Amino acid sequence: MAVDLQTDHSAKSRPLLQIEHLSISSKKMPDRLLVNDVSFSIEIGKTTCVVGESGSGKSLTALAIMGLLSRQLQLNGGKVLFNDIDKGVVDLTRLDDESLRKLRGDKIAMIFQEPMTSLNPVLTVGYQIGESLATHLGLKGERLKNKIADLLDMVGIPPERANSYPDELSGGQRQRVMIAMSIACEPSLLIADEPTTALDVTVQAQILKLLSDLKSRMNMGMLFITHDFGVVADIADNVVVMFRGQIVEAGTREQVLGNPQHPYTKALLACVPDAEGTKQLRPIDYAWLADEGKEVAATGVVHG
Amino acid sequence: MDENILIAKNLVKTYTQRSGRFGFGSTQVKALNDVSISLTKGKTLAVVGESGSGKSTLARCLLQLQPLDSGEVLFQGQDLARLQPSALREMRKNLQMVFQDPFASLNPRMRVGEIVGEGLLIHDIGNAAEQQKKVLAMLKRVGLTEADMQKYPHEFSGGQRQRIGIARALVLQPQVVVCDEPVSALDVSIQAQILLLLKELQQEMALSYIFISHDLRVVRHIADDMVVMYRGQVVEQGAVADIYVRPAHAYTQNLLAAIPGKRVVSG
Repeated sequence: MAVDLQTDHSAKSRPLLQIEHLSISSKKMPDRLLVNDVSFSIEIGKTTCVVGESGSGKSLTALAIMGLLSRQLQLNGGKVLFNDIDKGVVDLTRLDDESLRKLRGDKIAMIFQEPMTSLNPVLTVGYQIGESLATHLGLKGERLKNKIADLLDMVGIPPERANSYPDELSGGQRQRVMIAMSIACEPSLLIADEPTTALDVTVQAQILKLLSDLKSRMNMGMLFITHDFGVVADIADNVVVMFRGQIVEAGTREQVLGNPQHPYTKALLACVPDAEGTKQLRPIDYAWLADEGKEVAATGVVHG
Repeated sequence: MDENILIAKNLVKTYTQRSGRFGFGSTQVKALNDVSISLTKGKTLAVVGESGSGKSTLARCLLQLQPLDSGEVLFQGQDLARLQPSALREMRKNLQMVFQDPFASLNPRMRVGEIVGEGLLIHDIGNAAEQQKKVLAMLKRVGLTEADMQKYPHEFSGGQRQRIGIARALVLQPQVVVCDEPVSALDVSIQAQILLLLKELQQEMALSYIFISHDLRVVRHIADDMVVMYRGQVVEQGAVADIYVRPAHAYTQNLLAAIPGKRVVSG
């Protein structure tokens, strides 16, 4: 079901993805919101980083965009508006399974956190990369083979490795295979859920460079989930900071990292060690929560 | 006073790996290839390198958790590699380890009090009441409470479990603690807490740390000296402050260049 919301705006000037008032809870406890009234947008060809501690709801937000929430969870409300250049704006939360399946892997792709567990161990990596090409673009035979070889080459793996099984590759190579799979159909939106957390620093630097090259080459919008502020500083255009299911601060990279406003962002930045060793390391401080409690009582605004 | 508390000389450790068709062949992988390090008393020596460089093998070989092929580990004038098993066990009181994965390194069927107290029991230090008291004091020191003694590991978060792991290692009042990536599995916010705790404890208890890590930002904050490992060999060693300013080896330069976020973040 494609809902054309505002036809008077040209497709190019609208953001690629607009999340509006997204809320998620478990089905058993609908009152306890795991993601609470989250709104942000991703521009075409830009990277938005979502930062937060574990349990802050960053991965749930990503899964909700893809429509991959587990059965124990439910969407309590909100819209996920995806700007499909060909078909206009669609609300992903209202699509039926079939149309969602057509979008996934084609227009919207995802890189998962664990390269060791997200690949199928009994299929060759070439087959796994080719799957989405065959499904969405209908490629077959020689053309499919060539495309797979091109993709492997693009992510820096020798094309003859297409016949290897995932266990024959190193962690970094597996993550590259995941990237090759996700960019196979040249998606306009790429969601990367901590794609480099499990990797060494040197490999991480290569992967980040690769992603940023691909982003500019294909003009892809990217949603990048991480808890490493170093990575944020390297790749983000915009930053969203989440805490306990809510957005506490959002803005451009310069605003959030250079001049953080919210006490949580400040506390989070203060506990990141720097490479020069000049900064005083401070443990995370939740004292602001108490202050905010008073403010809430005063203004009568209820935070989950 | 620059006294070396732990010296390792010419350590060699080789693993045999299956290779070739159906794994019938075998190749030798040198995990440690003539590695020599020395730890100054009361200081922290960081061992850095990418996965597969032999860092963890070095940690395990230092404590004799894995047999060495050759080389010697000198602690208090004795070569740990040649000690009899019973003498080695006695010596382990002074040499403890904090493990990488707080989810896998605590026995899920033991209560926290038992986990932390087990070392005291094995080494027969004090009677039951004294042991209880020591365990409680140590748990409180790392930021846990008396009620936590009766709980099981699964009831704790990653950061709390790492605190339990630290309490377990330190209750015996060791002299050398080997920390094998103690913060790599934790969130940045928790990571800072644990790093600061380790630093405080080092000063209070006069500990010497061997700190294994691949995060050079963490190393810069906690270590005094560092050893850079690459494919089983030490390619560079010296004071942290010097190496970060003037890395001599190409691999070290690569590692330093790969630190994310060098460009922006200003606190």
